[in-house]
Amino acid sequence: MAALMLRWSCLGKRWVLACIDGGSRHGRGAAIGLTSRRKRGQSSVAQQPLIAVQKSRKGEHEWAAVVGLEIHAQISSNSKLFSGSQVHFAAPPNSLVSFFDASLPGTLPVLNRRCVEAAVMTGLALNCRINKKSLFDRKHYFYADLPAGYQITQQRLPIAVNGSLAYSVSVGKKPSQVSTRTVRIKQIQLEQDSGKSLHDEPRSQTLIDLNRAGVGLLEVVLEPDMSCGEEAASAVRELQLILQALGTSQANMAEGQLRVDANISVHHPGEPLGVRTEVKNLNSARFLAKAIDFEIKRQIHELENGRKILNETRSFDDKLGCTMPMRDKEGKQDYRFMPEPNLPPLLLYDTASLPPGADPQQVINIDWIRERLPELPGKTREKLIQQYGMLPEHSFTLLNEVGLLEFFQNVIKETRAEPKKVTSWVLNIFLGFLKQQNLAVNESPVTPSALAELLNLLDRKAISSSAARQVMDMKRGNPRAINKLIGLVRKATLSRADPTVIKEILERKLSS
Amino acid sequence: MLGRTLREVSTALKQGHITPTELCQKCLSLIKKTKFLNAYITVSEEVALKQAEESEKRYKKGHSLGDLDGIPVAVKDNFSTSSIETTCASNMLKGYVPPYNATVVQKLLDKGAVLMGKTNLDEFAMGSGSTDGVFGPVKNPWSYSKQYREKRKQKAHGENEDSNWLITGGSSGGSAAAVAAFTCFAALGSDTGGSTRNPAAHCGVVGFKPSYGLVSRHGLIPLVNSMDVPGILTRCVDDAAIVLGMLAGHDPKDSTTIQDPVKPFTLPTSADVNKLCIGIPKEYLAPELSSEVRSFWSKAANLFESEGAKVIEVSLPHTSYSIVCYHVLCTSEVASNMARFDGLEYGHRCDINVSTEAMYAATRREGFNDVVRGRILSGNFFLLKENYENYFIKAQKVRRLIANDFVNVFNSGVDVLLTPTTLSEAVPYLEFIKEDNRTRSAQDDIFTQAVNMAGLPAVSVPVALSNQGLPIGLQFIGRAFCDQQLLKIAKWFEKQVQFPVIQLQELMDDCSSDFEIEKLSSVSLKQ
Repeated sequence: MAALMLRWSCLGKRWVLACIDGGSRHGRGAAIGLTSRRKRGQSSVAQQPLIAVQKSRKGEHEWAAVVGLEIHAQISSNSKLFSGSQVHFAAPPNSLVSFFDASLPGTLPVLNRRCVEAAVMTGLALNCRINKKSLFDRKHYFYADLPAGYQITQQRLPIAVNGSLAYSVSVGKKPSQVSTRTVRIKQIQLEQDSGKSLHDEPRSQTLIDLNRAGVGLLEVVLEPDMSCGEEAASAVRELQLILQALGTSQANMAEGQLRVDANISVHHPGEPLGVRTEVKNLNSARFLAKAIDFEIKRQIHELENGRKILNETRSFDDKLGCTMPMRDKEGKQDYRFMPEPNLPPLLLYDTASLPPGADPQQVINIDWIRERLPELPGKTREKLIQQYGMLPEHSFTLLNEVGLLEFFQNVIKETRAEPKKVTSWVLNIFLGFLKQQNLAVNESPVTPSALAELLNLLDRKAISSSAARQVMDMKRGNPRAINKLIGLVRKATLSRADPTVIKEILERKLSS
Repeated sequence: MLGRTLREVSTALKQGHITPTELCQKCLSLIKKTKFLNAYITVSEEVALKQAEESEKRYKKGHSLGDLDGIPVAVKDNFSTSSIETTCASNMLKGYVPPYNATVVQKLLDKGAVLMGKTNLDEFAMGSGSTDGVFGPVKNPWSYSKQYREKRKQKAHGENEDSNWLITGGSSGGSAAAVAAFTCFAALGSDTGGSTRNPAAHCGVVGFKPSYGLVSRHGLIPLVNSMDVPGILTRCVDDAAIVLGMLAGHDPKDSTTIQDPVKPFTLPTSADVNKLCIGIPKEYLAPELSSEVRSFWSKAANLFESEGAKVIEVSLPHTSYSIVCYHVLCTSEVASNMARFDGLEYGHRCDINVSTEAMYAATRREGFNDVVRGRILSGNFFLLKENYENYFIKAQKVRRLIANDFVNVFNSGVDVLLTPTTLSEAVPYLEFIKEDNRTRSAQDDIFTQAVNMAGLPAVSVPVALSNQGLPIGLQFIGRAFCDQQLLKIAKWFEKQVQFPVIQLQELMDDCSSDFEIEKLSSVSLKQ
């Protein structure tokens, strides 16, 4: 049983079936075919998206998994949430620490306006209600990288509530089958990041770096409306794109600017929700999906073997591909929340409620921010589809790959080729080439101009489609492709050109 | 010169009758003579002399920075002072040298004040006697006054005088004693439940608690953030107004300070009280109130009435809940505020290093006294999820009721409230320590604490000496941010009562033969 592979299809209104069947994918999607979007405001039971896992061979009854996420996004800001210290990734340890960050007695928090604006922007982009009054609280726990012994957060009354995030997952066999889902956003709260503990095992000591201590975070709480790793990963990816489009967070998971905790439970449909576990500190979308799917499988396995699920915090070991209990999080924490007495309530205004004669430096106008929101990924995709007749899934790929949209747009600008052709070349040939070479878009040896020129030649029928592909192959580092090109040139020149000269010219051109 | 008021000595400096260095040296010398009072934890002699020298240069050039330039001041040892040890009278912070100045300290220095040192207190300002600090109790200068000694001689013969010294009250007892013993002209205290007003009353000085939000708390090591305010201790009301003028106003480093610009706090030389309405809260007529204090309180009310003011009895019905409510809110914030003292970034760290948790536990056990630990434990209890609603939330609601009591009274047309500051005059140390800190704090703060819950300004003004020859103070409570009006009334009252000056001649003669202080007995509060 432990070796069982679990594949998930995450479609459907709420009854989505997948199978634990030793690895095959039968029944995927077909069992239901309910692909309509889940909507808010359905009955409370219906709010729970379920994935029913049928043990088809044994005929045991179904399992449903429920996944909620807590996402911490580091706010892109020059200074920290409550102090003037700068924010930089990978600065020398303890070089960005103010007296407040080190919790020197007598220091007080002063709220960073930029962080509040970032929270409002994010809240608006995620369709939240912005609370015109929000409060700060202290959450207490002793940890070496939490110098004050408490974190300032927004527990009682966060800055934004009741939003939603639409994201897409591919369904069915073809990647072209994209289904849009919505996850409700419970709240967005402003809070401080902690420092970092660096464990020096050989010397059995812990070193503390407070550079990160006090950096502003947006905690985005997603309701348990997801039911598998892929859904969660897709939702996080969409959030990441939104944050990046807004500029409110760089949201780079590898650099820890976006950290995800997942709450996972399984139950039988129609029965109360199961005991949940929390898998902490997931720092890539792939691990997030893997960890959630592993955890669902583990919980089902435990329950089917008559064991209980403990309400515990677990971590994901990416090498072993499994989750395990976190030792230092054992036992129930009582965070002893208390209002932060040094910060008055955070008041926001809209144009209607703005006090007359208010100093614009002292007040934040929600309407003003709303009017200046940049274009969000959803809108960008819509425009791509309309403007270039692109398929929806292509618009997703263009946005999902960092820098690909910009590359695409630069090629479009410089070529007369049909947008559809450009799309196809960029997404199939160019992206395939990058993937094969394991390169990011900005590391590509092929510039947008080069590709544009190639497509122009193709468009003028100066070269054939196959010749164009050969050029790309050359670029891919296939030296034999040049011989084919030489052949094509000789053919075009009616064999009057010298092959050696052709080779020289081609090599020069291709390496440019 | 030392016995004069801040304003008088400021005039003397301006007129060149004395130089800042001379003045500073006189104070330093007196600090040494009165070392046994234990008023100071740290005497910053070098810094003070340097500051005095700089002040002197300014005076010579005619570039004085104003009324505070060259004036010796002292600061309670729970205000952060850059490069001067700041201990909070706790093992936890012994040896801790802050890298920055509290805003109020910086403001004093910017105005040319000369910092004589850091004054003693109860550990982390938790107490009402200035007896519970790691550096030992503060002795009330009045224990050694001619006035008190003469009374005692009449009563009890042969008693061991040295063991019968009196407490200063607290927790800003060091600051009160420093001002009362003429070692400085003004001192900063802090006031969370009465910690400035209580020792002021016991030491016969003026103790002023400004409105919450008028004066920055940045750099004040907190007891209860939502009630703490820097307090001002001076020898007369006018001096308190001068210092308040220097300290008040918005501080970008303290988000709870008021944004509006502050007007200067100048008090008129003569005031008219006949249009005033003075409220006498009936709940403050506590059974524990000494008959002497009670009698001075009623005389004071009569005084206002005789000058044409309207004096009415008012009710603050939730007063009796104040102590319990304060206990919950105070200990909860203490539990939170003290969490940072874990031995990692600063302060005491124990030798145990088997685990981080063991290190925390031992550090905190060694660093904090019983009072602090007790409050941390209570506070954490109240903040537990299962108790939060029943204790913390309820206490917050009661706090609102208490604050509303004041609002209602002031809305009914009352200008200021007149109350006692303390139940009685200062008691001997041996008497005081018969009760534990918690009991004492609960008893001693009853007239002062509710003011902190409501964030109002209040001032204790010395009124007269008791039968024992000890000072008694009365308290005026004003409307929020009507600090100036409050001080104006206090000043008028001060002028009427002519509180006698402490006579320390005998003490000075006793403990020092080379002490040359001007005739203290001739110094009076008269302008």
